[in-house]
Amino acid sequence: MPEIKVTPLGAGQDVGRSCILVSIGGKNIMLDCGMHMGYNDDRRFPDFSYITQNGRLTDFLDCVIISHFHLDHCGALPYMSEMVGYDGPIYMTHPTKAICPILLEDFRKITVDKKGETNFFTSQMIKDCMKKVIPLNLHQTVQVDDELEIKAYYAGHVLGAAMVHIKVGSESVVYTGDYNMTPDRHLGAAWIDKCRPDILISESTYATTIRDSKRCRERDFLKKVHESIERGGKVLIPVFALGRAQELCILLETFWERMNLKAPIYFSTGLTEKANHYYKLFITWTNQKIRKTFVQRNMFEFKHIKAFDRSYADNPGPMVVFATPGMLHAGQSLQIFKKWAGNEKNMVIMPGYCVQGTIGHKILNGQRKLEMEGRATLDVKLQVEYMSFSAHADAKGIMQLIRMAEPRNMLLVHGEAVKMEFLKGKIEQEFSIDCYMPANGETTTVTTNPSVPVDISLNLLKREMALGGPLPDPKKPRTMHGTLIMKENSLKLVSSEQALKELGLNEHQLRFTCHVQLQDPHSDADTLHRIYTHLKSVLKGYTIQHLPDGTVIVESIVIKVSSSTEDSNTKVLLLSWSYQVKTWTLFLEGLPMQSKPGSSANHLVIESLF
Amino acid sequence: MTPRLLGAVEDSRAGNKARREQKSSGERCCVSKANCCQLIYQQLLLLKMKLYCLSGHPTLPCNVLKFKSTTIMLDCGLDTTSVLNFLPLPLVHSPRLSKLPGWVSKDGTINLGKELKECAGRVFVDAQPEFCLPERELLDLSTIDVILISNYHCMMALPYITEHTGFTGTVYATEPTLQIGRLLMEELVNFMERVPKAQSATSWKNKEIQRMLPGPLKDAVDVWMWKRCYSMQEVNSALSKVQLVGYSQKVELFGAVQVSPLSSGYSLGSSNWIIQSHHEKVSYVSGSSLLTTHPQPMDQSSLKNSDVLILTGLTQMPTANPDGMLGEFCSNLAMTIRAGGNVLVPCYSSGVIYDLLECLYQFIESANLGTTPFYFISPIANSSLEFSQIFAEWLCHNKQTKVYLPEPPFPHAELIQTNKLKHYPSIHGDFSSEFRQPCVVFTGHPSLRFGDVVHFMELWGKSSLNTIIFTEPDFSYLDALAPYQPLAMKCVYCPIDTRLNFHQVSKLLKEVQPLHVVCPEQYTQPPLTQSHRSDLMLELQPPPMPYRRCSVLNLPFRRRYERIYILPELANSLVPSEIKPGVSVATVSALLHSKDNKHTLQSVPKPPPMPPSKKRKRVIEEPPVALAPKPMLSGAVALEAFLATLQKHGITEVKVEETADGHILHLQAEDTLIQLEEDGTHIVCDSEPLRTTLRDLVLRFLQKL
Repeated sequence: MPEIKVTPLGAGQDVGRSCILVSIGGKNIMLDCGMHMGYNDDRRFPDFSYITQNGRLTDFLDCVIISHFHLDHCGALPYMSEMVGYDGPIYMTHPTKAICPILLEDFRKITVDKKGETNFFTSQMIKDCMKKVIPLNLHQTVQVDDELEIKAYYAGHVLGAAMVHIKVGSESVVYTGDYNMTPDRHLGAAWIDKCRPDILISESTYATTIRDSKRCRERDFLKKVHESIERGGKVLIPVFALGRAQELCILLETFWERMNLKAPIYFSTGLTEKANHYYKLFITWTNQKIRKTFVQRNMFEFKHIKAFDRSYADNPGPMVVFATPGMLHAGQSLQIFKKWAGNEKNMVIMPGYCVQGTIGHKILNGQRKLEMEGRATLDVKLQVEYMSFSAHADAKGIMQLIRMAEPRNMLLVHGEAVKMEFLKGKIEQEFSIDCYMPANGETTTVTTNPSVPVDISLNLLKREMALGGPLPDPKKPRTMHGTLIMKENSLKLVSSEQALKELGLNEHQLRFTCHVQLQDPHSDADTLHRIYTHLKSVLKGYTIQHLPDGTVIVESIVIKVSSSTEDSNTKVLLLSWSYQVKTWTLFLEGLPMQSKPGSSANHLVIESLF
Repeated sequence: MTPRLLGAVEDSRAGNKARREQKSSGERCCVSKANCCQLIYQQLLLLKMKLYCLSGHPTLPCNVLKFKSTTIMLDCGLDTTSVLNFLPLPLVHSPRLSKLPGWVSKDGTINLGKELKECAGRVFVDAQPEFCLPERELLDLSTIDVILISNYHCMMALPYITEHTGFTGTVYATEPTLQIGRLLMEELVNFMERVPKAQSATSWKNKEIQRMLPGPLKDAVDVWMWKRCYSMQEVNSALSKVQLVGYSQKVELFGAVQVSPLSSGYSLGSSNWIIQSHHEKVSYVSGSSLLTTHPQPMDQSSLKNSDVLILTGLTQMPTANPDGMLGEFCSNLAMTIRAGGNVLVPCYSSGVIYDLLECLYQFIESANLGTTPFYFISPIANSSLEFSQIFAEWLCHNKQTKVYLPEPPFPHAELIQTNKLKHYPSIHGDFSSEFRQPCVVFTGHPSLRFGDVVHFMELWGKSSLNTIIFTEPDFSYLDALAPYQPLAMKCVYCPIDTRLNFHQVSKLLKEVQPLHVVCPEQYTQPPLTQSHRSDLMLELQPPPMPYRRCSVLNLPFRRRYERIYILPELANSLVPSEIKPGVSVATVSALLHSKDNKHTLQSVPKPPPMPPSKKRKRVIEEPPVALAPKPMLSGAVALEAFLATLQKHGITEVKVEETADGHILHLQAEDTLIQLEEDGTHIVCDSEPLRTTLRDLVLRFLQKL
């Protein structure tokens, strides 16, 4: 029985360093290659030694697919391809291909330049790695090789995020990456067709939550910003350059316009402006509303949002500043935070998840005194707010996707074990399909039961369909008989006659003849005629021929009558038939041979054949 | 030899013969009995594939392919050359045009002065221009299941087909094709609606009258079918039926057919189409290019192994080299500007204009044209320029790489930013106040019959300092200019058509090797004006099947196989036996399910034991289809081995007699004859148990199929 094996190297009952190995139809595929934000040691990257202990991965993987540009999905890619060694194809969508190297470079800079780590991938390695990337278009069927094909679907989570359908023969797997089933300010909702994969591998970040409507969260956010501005405070929003930043900018931009607010909004320099540019050029990946109106008004050309200069932080009066990075662990956001932390009129809004050890994480946990470098302490007086804007499907969304794709099995990754357990129960109950949640390094094996595709000769199909009466009646299946020829890789189903011909074989006719005696005083011709008329009345729908030379023929059965030499009342019935004769039972049941008890030849004939 | 045996052998021959006869008569009987269902089958399953040709224009095709049970329209081109017979629609009142004399026949008997005007010896219809639609009578258009669009130039007749014909199907196109196609339709509607002309002209269409008219009006065909432009409402309704597809996306139609668009390299989002089932493949090639311009390169390899390749949309300018034309375009433009004249470029608002602007971007500085204003005037100018920048996935590699930086893929963004290129929705409004001369104006429509170009013709036509440069190949420039004669401005004809030329196409066909090629008849002979140029036609072996407007072609398919799926349970129960090295066979008896054009085979369920009393009746009522037939046999029974086997089974008294075709074995103790021949075995035996034994022994030597 064919099997599909799934082994998470990362994101198994965990969030972070997504990396899932799939073996399907003899092909090995790596889905995502991420890093873990919470670790600074070896655990930062997936354990590639699982694939092979010694050396390069090229021989062990047919392809690598990256779902989107977040570092927990692509952060380990240059390490994997350049330091461990992989030269095969890497697939990602165009926006991911455009943005991913920038984030990788950013990540590298923070790790190497700021933290001084060595033994890390270099800028050149990022470039070399990106050369191996083949861009994917939505819905395009990409033939990785003769047997393996992949197809990307819109996932909505961030710009360029994709779900991917992986197919070998009639077996298939869908990997969702991170996805969002409700459209937001700048992106559309994830969608997939009814592709009925053998396994659907889904993220489950919000496995147990049914989130309140996004509108409410947006209103909350705007209210908080507005209140702070009104009382003359400054608002700091630490963000990552791409993704939530754009959504929040659109939100503030439209709010400012509607409320006619004058307080300045700034964007910290560098990446972010460039980032907006990506959104403009990849506008086809945003939601319908933005796409429709972009000629008149490009949503990513902000009127109220201006580039930030470091000196602005000391300007008097209210302002809103978006600054990177999002977890307040370094860079401009941290600098601004230090300046503003002392004033209780100010506010910091954390719009996303913060990893342990970062200042963002500390203040979110209510810490009010922070130890800074050089033994200085920082009193945190400003308001700290947390608002989750991350775009993941919630439990409802995950169920919705299952309904869309109709998988035969479900496999959860990218979530916490306890929450997965809950969702697993719900899925198994509602859809009666098996749901798996392997831990890292643990393999889930699913046996598949694929149908065998065969080429049937049209003649045979036509004949069989024509036999079934007035057609086509899908409810009434018909029986068909044929010969399956297996030659090299081809499977052909043909009629037996055609099979003989195609294989260059001669037909071998096997016939039987026997004599049956019966008592009948009539002439030979009369006896034969009686048999003929009797058969005609019994064997309806068959062609029965009475030939002038004194034979009756039904199918391949030949009947002749002669009188016994000893007794003219005893007739000798000569029966001859071929091995394949079909009507034999009917024929015999129809014979008027009750005479001459003792001679049970007719019975013998019946039993010999059936 | 005993007489009985002889008789038996003879009878067996008769039986064989009868069987053969039975077979043929049985078939005949099947035809008569199952006549209707067979007919259904021929249509549903084995139908002939047909191509209905609704357009005679080789670059604006409209064909309908009946493939298996699916009716597929390939493109929906609108032949706009008919508008050349009409007077231009001026944006502002033109005294010249309004003073043109009406037409009166030479003998003065027919006066159509209201409808027809004369200008420089030619006659024009004074009414809203009309288009020549695809043929609508050849087949019932409401039966069309899907329409496949190959590029935005080939969809302009869509509203005529999808609206008011009962069409209920789906249109498939790529995103750029849809978006730019929508813009071009919008532009066309706008051109027509902003200068409404209430008057319609129909008298001249009267056959008797048309016969009297001077050419080319006299020779215009199907003039009664010509139609005015559609409305924006119809455009929106038509385009709401479009479903977007990406290159190499596989779209299943009714389970029977799979269609897939391939990059064709001609324009943004332009595609060729593969239409295939498991065993048949039709390639539809329309407007393709091998030149490196802005679109993604053409996907050639996917066209391989086609049974039929439908070839349309070759270059209309087989002798004009696009690169040379581009050079000529630039030098004429520079010359005119330097001499203080204006340059008018009548063009479509999307397509080659992107390449022209890119070429000028590089040329402007070196030609010292840095201060010359370039204007692009069209109701869709802004949209077209903006849309061109957002389709990175559909662009050539170089342009894609720019987007990764991130920079706009086309340099016209920079031309606009530096104010070198300005775009306006029309000559009214801002343009009239900002307009400086000498300048270069890109504007439509290339037919010179409507759009802002009409205004510039009236404005600049009288000065020989000015130049009009034709770059679009769709219209004869002499015909286009006819209603403006006499004209003082210079005319330069630099048609740029990047589509495949005959040299490229024959190379392509050699590469992809289709079994049959279907193409417009124009491609099967040299152009009329260059009848000696045998290199300007398709020469193929076997020769291409030509079509013209209203042709119906039977496509040469030999469908022999269909895909069927054997369900796992049945597949596991099959017992293959090896017949030859590497070749195995298994007999299959199974239930056939056919649903949504998909066939599956599953195991025959064990029949429930029937009550014996009813058995007889039931069996007779229902033909014994559920019983697996005995397999066919193959091979031969070797005499020595068979004798040895008989011996093992205690049959020792065997008399072997040699005959012409083999041997006759007389089992003397059992009073049984076995006739062994190369292609048959005949057992004459009255004892049932013995016959069964003998049968099984013989079967051991034979292969079952």
